[in-house]
Amino acid sequence: MLCDACREADASVHLTKVVEGDVTLVHLCAACAAERGIEATVSTTPKNVLGEFLHAAQQQVASEKGSGDDTTCTFCRLTLREFRAVGRLGCGHCYATFEPSLRQLLRRVHGNSQHVGRKYLPPATEILVRATTVGELRDRLRQAIVNEEFELAATLRDRLKETE
Amino acid sequence: MTIDLSAVPEGGIGWLSGGGEHADIVLSTRVRLARNLDGIAFTGRAREGERLRVLQMLRDAVPHLPSLRGGVLLRLEDLDVSDRRLLHERHLVSRELAGLDGGATKGGAAVLVGHGHGIMVNEEDHLRLQTVRGGLATRAAIDALLTVDRELGSRLPYAYHEEFGFLTACPTNTGTGLRASVLIHLPGLVLTKEIGKVLSGLQAMGLTYRGLYGEGSEVIGNFFQISNQTTLGRSEDELVEHLQRVVSHVIKREHDARRVMWREAGYIIEDKLWRAYGTLRFARSLTFEEAMNYLSGVRLAVGLQLINGLSVETLNRLLIFSQPAHLGYAEGRVLGEEEANVARARYVREALGAETDQAKH
Repeated sequence: MLCDACREADASVHLTKVVEGDVTLVHLCAACAAERGIEATVSTTPKNVLGEFLHAAQQQVASEKGSGDDTTCTFCRLTLREFRAVGRLGCGHCYATFEPSLRQLLRRVHGNSQHVGRKYLPPATEILVRATTVGELRDRLRQAIVNEEFELAATLRDRLKETE
Repeated sequence: MTIDLSAVPEGGIGWLSGGGEHADIVLSTRVRLARNLDGIAFTGRAREGERLRVLQMLRDAVPHLPSLRGGVLLRLEDLDVSDRRLLHERHLVSRELAGLDGGATKGGAAVLVGHGHGIMVNEEDHLRLQTVRGGLATRAAIDALLTVDRELGSRLPYAYHEEFGFLTACPTNTGTGLRASVLIHLPGLVLTKEIGKVLSGLQAMGLTYRGLYGEGSEVIGNFFQISNQTTLGRSEDELVEHLQRVVSHVIKREHDARRVMWREAGYIIEDKLWRAYGTLRFARSLTFEEAMNYLSGVRLAVGLQLINGLSVETLNRLLIFSQPAHLGYAEGRVLGEEEANVARARYVREALGAETDQAKH
C-alpha cells in the first residue's frame, strides 16, 4: 500500500483519524509520519528495538573478543551466532552459556541485569515429577552418542547422575 | 471438534461485564507472566515429545492448584481453524499459538481457561499465565496472577537464575516475565490531535503501546493497549504501580480533551456521534473496521452522556461478538466476507435495539 502523502514509499504507519466524528484511515510511510510528528508506530516496538540491541551487542562483543559466535549451549546446542540471528534463546542453560554477552544485552534492553522481583524457590524434590527430567536427559544422551557428540554426552551423563 | 464455549468458565470473557474503575474508558487490564520449565528446551527449540511433556506436566499439576479449579484445557490441534479464531478473538490465545499466521498448530499447543485466569501452553515460552479484569485494575490482576504463579511454581520447576530472574525465550521478557497492559479507548485525544504527544510521552516513561490485537496490530476504533516495556530490574509491584500511575494520567488527559472538544465544537460532535449511532442502528451491512469506528463514536457518546440506556457491558460485548469468527459461531457456520458484513449489521442493530427499547420501558 502506498503512502497517502507522498504516494511514493510503502505505507508502514496506519492511523485511524476521527475528525469531528468523521472516521478516516490514513496510511503513511515512516518519513511522512515523522514529518507529522507521529513518532511511534504499533509495529516498531520490541522486535526492532531488540534487533538494534542485538546488532550493537554483536558489534561490541566482536570488537572485544574477536569471535565468540561459536560458543555452543551444551544442553540445546544453540550457538551464539544462531541466537543473534533469531533473537530467541533455546533453553534455560543458554543463559549460563552466554552469560557475559547476555548480561550486556539485558542491561541494554532493561537498563539492569539484576532481577529484583519475586524470588523463586524450586518445588521440594519429592513433589517434582523427576522422571520426566531424567527421561529427557536419557533421550538426549542417547542422541548425543548416536551423533558421536562425546563432549555433550559426557556433560549429559554428569547432569543425569546429579538428577538421579 | 467444535468448541463448546458453555463448558469454558464465563466463556473466558468474564471481564466483559463492565465492572472495575474507569470502565467506560478502560476496557480491561491484562497481566501475564512468562514461565519456562527447567530442564526442557524452550518451545521454539523443543521437539514434539518435549512440548507434549510440558503439556502433561501442567495437566498433572492443575488438579492440585486451588486457583485453577474448574478450568478447562483446550488442545488447539483438536480444534478447527474457526474455533481457534474464536479463542483468538477472545484474546485467550495469540495468533501464533492458534496457528493463524499460516503456520500449522504445533503439537502440544493448548490453552487452559479458568475463572479470570488462563494459561497458554507451548507459546514462545512453555507457559504464559494471564489474568484479565474489567476496567483499570492492575493491583487486583497482579495479586490474583501471582497466586496462580506461586501455586504452579510449587508444583513445577521453573527455569530461574539468581541474577537474571525467570528465564524466557526472548530476553525482552527476562526477569519478572511480567507484561501488564491496559486496553484503553482514547477518542478525545485522537480527535484533538493530542494523541501523538501522549504516545511519545509513554515511550519516554518506559511504556509502549499496541493495537487491539497486541504486537504488530493496527490501531482500530481508537483502542490502544498500553503496557510496560521492560521486565527486569524492577519488581512486579513497581511495574504495575508505574503503569497504573501513568494510565491514570492518560485518563485525565482524555477527560480534558473531551471537555475541550465539547466546549469548542459541541453541536458538531453531537451530530457526528448520533450519525454513528444511527448507522449502527439501521445499516444493513457493516465491515469490521466500520463497526469498530462507529462503536468508538457510540462509546464516546455514552461517555459524554449524550446517549443514555446503553451499558458498558453491551458496548464491550459488541466489540467481541461482532468479530468474524464470533458471527460465524452464532450462525453455526463459517461466513464469507459479504455474509459476515450482513450478519454483523444485523447483530449490532438487534443488540442496540434491544437495549434502547428496554431503556424506554
